[in-house]
Amino acid sequence: MTDTKPVPVLEAKDIVAGYGEVDILHGVSVTVHSGEMVAIIGPNGAGKSTLLRTIFGLLDARGGQVRLKGEDITNRAPDQLVLCGLSYVPQVDNVFPSLTILENLEMGAFVRQDGLAERLDRVFSLFPDLTDRRGEKAGKLSGGQRQMLALGRALMLDPDVLLLDEPSASLSPKMVELIFDRINLINSEGTGILLVEQNANEALSACDRGYVLAMGENRLEGEAKSLLDNEEVGKLYLGT
Amino acid sequence: MSTYADRLRGNLRVFNEFVAGPGLWILITLLFTYAALFETQLFVIGLIVGSVLALGSIGLTLIYGVLRFGNFAHGDLMMMGAYVTFFLLNGTLLGQRRDTNIGVGLNDLPAGTERLGDLTFGYSFLIAVALSAVVLAVVCIGLDRLVYRPLRRRGSAIVTFAIASLGIAFSVRALLLIIWGPDPRTYVSGIHKAQHYPFDVVLKTDQVFIMVVAIVMAGLVYLLLFRTKLGKAMRAYSDNPDLALVSGINTDRVIFWTWVIGGSLMAIAGSLLALQANLKPELGFQLLLPLFAGAILGGLGKPQGALIGALVVGVAQEVSVAYISAGYKPAVAFLILILILLIRPRGLFGDAN
Repeated sequence: MTDTKPVPVLEAKDIVAGYGEVDILHGVSVTVHSGEMVAIIGPNGAGKSTLLRTIFGLLDARGGQVRLKGEDITNRAPDQLVLCGLSYVPQVDNVFPSLTILENLEMGAFVRQDGLAERLDRVFSLFPDLTDRRGEKAGKLSGGQRQMLALGRALMLDPDVLLLDEPSASLSPKMVELIFDRINLINSEGTGILLVEQNANEALSACDRGYVLAMGENRLEGEAKSLLDNEEVGKLYLGT
Repeated sequence: MSTYADRLRGNLRVFNEFVAGPGLWILITLLFTYAALFETQLFVIGLIVGSVLALGSIGLTLIYGVLRFGNFAHGDLMMMGAYVTFFLLNGTLLGQRRDTNIGVGLNDLPAGTERLGDLTFGYSFLIAVALSAVVLAVVCIGLDRLVYRPLRRRGSAIVTFAIASLGIAFSVRALLLIIWGPDPRTYVSGIHKAQHYPFDVVLKTDQVFIMVVAIVMAGLVYLLLFRTKLGKAMRAYSDNPDLALVSGINTDRVIFWTWVIGGSLMAIAGSLLALQANLKPELGFQLLLPLFAGAILGGLGKPQGALIGALVVGVAQEVSVAYISAGYKPAVAFLILILILLIRPRGLFGDAN
């Protein structure tokens, strides 16, 4: 983080959203500054994934506002949001299994074809594992490789902010380390990152700042390091 | 208990991978070799019947692949395409007691009915088929807006889509009966001369034309799906509609083009079928079983599979005539369907998962 006044790239303010008649989020706010890596943690059912889905226009916000680079993008459709510089990686089913690796990446760049070759090169240099297997079907990949491909697909539009829903879910500890290493690298190249994690320790050690959500409300926020040491965080996870 | 079930599942998978798949290919090779050697004439006719079926099956498999439901209206919409071509050629509708003619038709074009080479039709037919393809594309998009899109927005189950398509099938057939009546129709009346080919095969040139068109169309659909951006997006949508949306793929456009291509194929298939058979409203429904048999045999969602599957169904149906009554032709298609569902439900080209 820089000492100059940070500029918010992504700003979600007082978001109210939910499924059916039930509100899951009761006015949640998060901010991602330029080049920042931010974690949202919290116990099961806190509304973390719902928040990401709402920011990305997959779920209607019933209240509040989402701004990207100052522009109001509340309730815009995903195919418009990817053009504005926002990308999203879902937690599960995040590749096209019967398409090849290369085709998966091409689909990531569906809305913008210029400079396709350079962006492909960048993804393949980030994930060399995928390079030799570009003609293989994504359905054949291991869990970790799928996660890499999913990240690669989301990077194909060179987004300003990347939304990641539990990137470490159901991966081996070694693979979690590798994936976070890559996410850090992507972040260091200037892409803002907002990620949701169950795995609070892993997420907070990798990120600059963190938000703790519980019952659809902001509970705590601050520097990731300070949250790691905060006793209240542990208590929240135990449900007290 | 679960270990037993796992073992059983494992065995089934091994059976499917190493026995059922190759076994099917061997069976098909045997059928084709036997038919080609000993029932050459029926074999060739089978390939032509199969070609027409293939055009229908490819459309069916494409719509299934993208929209994930079996379109039971496919046969009847094919017939609608055939009738639209008929109308465009002659301008004929059913009136009271006798036909009404609106007085103009593409057959009135200068030299429009002059035969192209040994074919029975002139260029007016080609124009009529092309226009009919446009009409059917529009009809399909209209049906999607009216029926399927509201179901999609409601998140309806697949079976709801299938039943809705069955309703459309009944309505379309009734509409054809009202507009053109129950009498059989033909595009070109009179006796069509057949040509003699090597191995004592007798064929009409129209039939050769049908086969070439079917193979070219299958090739085009394959190229579309695997070589173009739109085709890849269609496959992506078929794989995972939610992720397609997240990737920024305009899913409405993918569905739009699926219906455009599916509808055009319906019109072409129906019109080619009517070139060599009498056109009747109920023909579409009778086609449904062999169409599904072909698509499922090839592996639902796979155009190259639909081509081969439909050819197999066509050949099996025609060759069966040498041994059992022709009335059992639909039973042959049904038998193939049952067999494939029993031993390898994913078909020849279907993905393992």
